[in-house]
Amino acid sequence: MNWTAFTPTAALVGGALIGLAVSLFFVLTGRVAGISGIVGGLLSPKPGDFAWRLAFVAGLLVVGVVAAVVAPEMVTASATRGPVAMAIAGVVVGYGTRLGNGCTSGHGVCGISRLSIRSLVATGTFMATGILTVTIVRLAFGGAL
Amino acid sequence: MNLANTTTRDRVFVVGTGVTGILFGVGLVLSGMTKPDKVIGFLDMFGGAWDPSLGLVMVGAIAVHAVLFRVILRRQSPLLDAKFHVPTRTDIDSRLVAGAALFGIGWGLGGVCPGPGLIGATSLASTLLLFVGGLVAGMALFQVTNKA
Repeated sequence: MNWTAFTPTAALVGGALIGLAVSLFFVLTGRVAGISGIVGGLLSPKPGDFAWRLAFVAGLLVVGVVAAVVAPEMVTASATRGPVAMAIAGVVVGYGTRLGNGCTSGHGVCGISRLSIRSLVATGTFMATGILTVTIVRLAFGGAL
Repeated sequence: MNLANTTTRDRVFVVGTGVTGILFGVGLVLSGMTKPDKVIGFLDMFGGAWDPSLGLVMVGAIAVHAVLFRVILRRQSPLLDAKFHVPTRTDIDSRLVAGAALFGIGWGLGGVCPGPGLIGATSLASTLLLFVGGLVAGMALFQVTNKA
């Protein structure tokens, strides 16, 4: 265990805010706040189904811009992974989240909160392959790729 | 405010989802999910220096939403739509498992999931811009190859 890196309070408070955000989204729209689904819908725009998706993404981007000024250490990319790995990671995440209908938010938070069997299976699966991938990258490439 | 008026409701819908995006983003940044090295430290359970923090992000988020979800569902409808759109599928198909497996591989490879990728890309760091470019390309690829 790495106790010096352990940040339980920030993780719990940040997590609670995420829980509030998906709850606010649900009481307003009646929908699951899955980020991959919201972004994916921007690529096949339907009438009346575009502006709100753009607004949600814009909200995330505003946070990024503000955070880069007030807390740059929280949003600056680490140098662990190189450009090729990051580009491939993006493609695999983009394709995989559309194929599997969700990511950490839609399955991991929203789905598990309502005990959806599909989301429990999806979350168990992406946690397992994520742990496996990180382990392989560490063993085969010393963590730098 | 007359919410029966469609135009007004649509505007409130867009503003509301924008505010939600901000709240969601603040939660992601505060929690540490926007630090790829921290994500990798969380997924690296067997390396001898495991950082369990991000497991608590899920605990905090689920604790809040599991309660509020049930409270909200007692309503007849959401505030800005005629009905709730809760997914009802319960079948475990190969697309779900394969998609989740791929997502996990990409998450472990880059240390970034979609929301934190978008937030981080505003710093214009080349690795995160490449991640988001790949993310959009991967989603577009899915759309082109899976026309129903």
